[in-house]
Amino acid sequence: MTVAVASGKGGTGKTTVAVNLALTLGGPLQFLDCDVEEPNAHLFLKPEIAEVDPVQVLIPEVDEERCTACGACGRACRYHAIVSLKTKPLVFPELCHGCGGCALACETGAIREAPREVGVIERGLRDGIRFAHGRLNVGEAMASPVIRALRHMADRSLLTIIDSPPGTSCPVVASVREADFVVLVTEPTPFGLNDLALAVAMVRELNLPFGVLINRSDIGNSAVREYCQAEGIPLLLEIPEDRRVAEAYSRGEPAIQAVPAMRESYESLYENICREEARQSLRQHPKERTHADV
Amino acid sequence: MKIVVTSSGESLEAEVDPRFGRAARFVLYDTETREVRSVDNRQSLNAAQGAGIQAAETVSGMGAECLLTGHCGPKAFRALKAAGIRVYTGAAGTVGQAITAFEQGRLKAASSPDVEGHWA
Repeated sequence: MTVAVASGKGGTGKTTVAVNLALTLGGPLQFLDCDVEEPNAHLFLKPEIAEVDPVQVLIPEVDEERCTACGACGRACRYHAIVSLKTKPLVFPELCHGCGGCALACETGAIREAPREVGVIERGLRDGIRFAHGRLNVGEAMASPVIRALRHMADRSLLTIIDSPPGTSCPVVASVREADFVVLVTEPTPFGLNDLALAVAMVRELNLPFGVLINRSDIGNSAVREYCQAEGIPLLLEIPEDRRVAEAYSRGEPAIQAVPAMRESYESLYENICREEARQSLRQHPKERTHADV
Repeated sequence: MKIVVTSSGESLEAEVDPRFGRAARFVLYDTETREVRSVDNRQSLNAAQGAGIQAAETVSGMGAECLLTGHCGPKAFRALKAAGIRVYTGAAGTVGQAITAFEQGRLKAASSPDVEGHWA
């Protein structure tokens, strides 16, 4: 089973939940930090990084001898990564998604695809937890290729916990789309509710079973609970504000180390995840589940 | 000569839009025929990334030889240069005033982009 921890709003506690769930369950399991723009789960899990592999994207290289400046490559590229203005094409590598469309569109075979490194995947072990995260190179704009590479190298036979990036855009979709269950972490504030609703729309669009975890549940107001009730969304867990957790976080220590009683909360979280995953998967038509690779 | 000015409207009386990639419109002025024509830039305006490159394609398609605008970023500059379009930055006031300033030699030809690229 793969459980992705995501949220619309940043700073709600995704990494805290993902890390403490992993440590409570213990190995053997796999932990993937998909927030490749600023991975931070390693600060708490402290794995020993043993392997570093480059992630490459294929970008077009133009053979000017063969190019007739017909402009077909530029018309094929919706990201304007290659453009031909009545001249030999210009390539903007940082905008290229590596889809290969330009090479297909070129009738004279003037476009060859060459690898360009955009980031790395680092892997290591900690107490039976197989840890891996991606690191997007500084200055790169596109996180998704690194996330996809991270997802593809994962061992699907292992229980897997994914720490997703915040938001609802492409990197988040790349992180959660093949998960069996998504935990949406939020806080009970107007900002939390606004971004939770966006995240709910995303997971519904992807047809993924999901539930909500309210972190710092004793602040703010009751609007998130009312929203979940009205929408029929299961509440998986509420975690009250605890200064000891924040202090531990600032030292790079997991919450369950500072407050061992919290293990019980994470155990019940996992039970609720398993129950909801089974219930919601049954309810869905099997054909509706999309697991297409990108 | 065909001059394109980044504009907030359709005529010579419209204000110059200081942005290039995300300008509202492009006004083309032909110095020989005195013809004025404008093209919408909504497609680039709404693009997540690559607006400057797309705008350069549009301006090139209009047959521009010179571009008068407020600022020009690195990718747009590269694309405009490849298309053989000379770029003049610092244009202000109305489109007509910018063209007069250009004709009187008061606008400076840009030899490099004058602003950083920006990510959406």
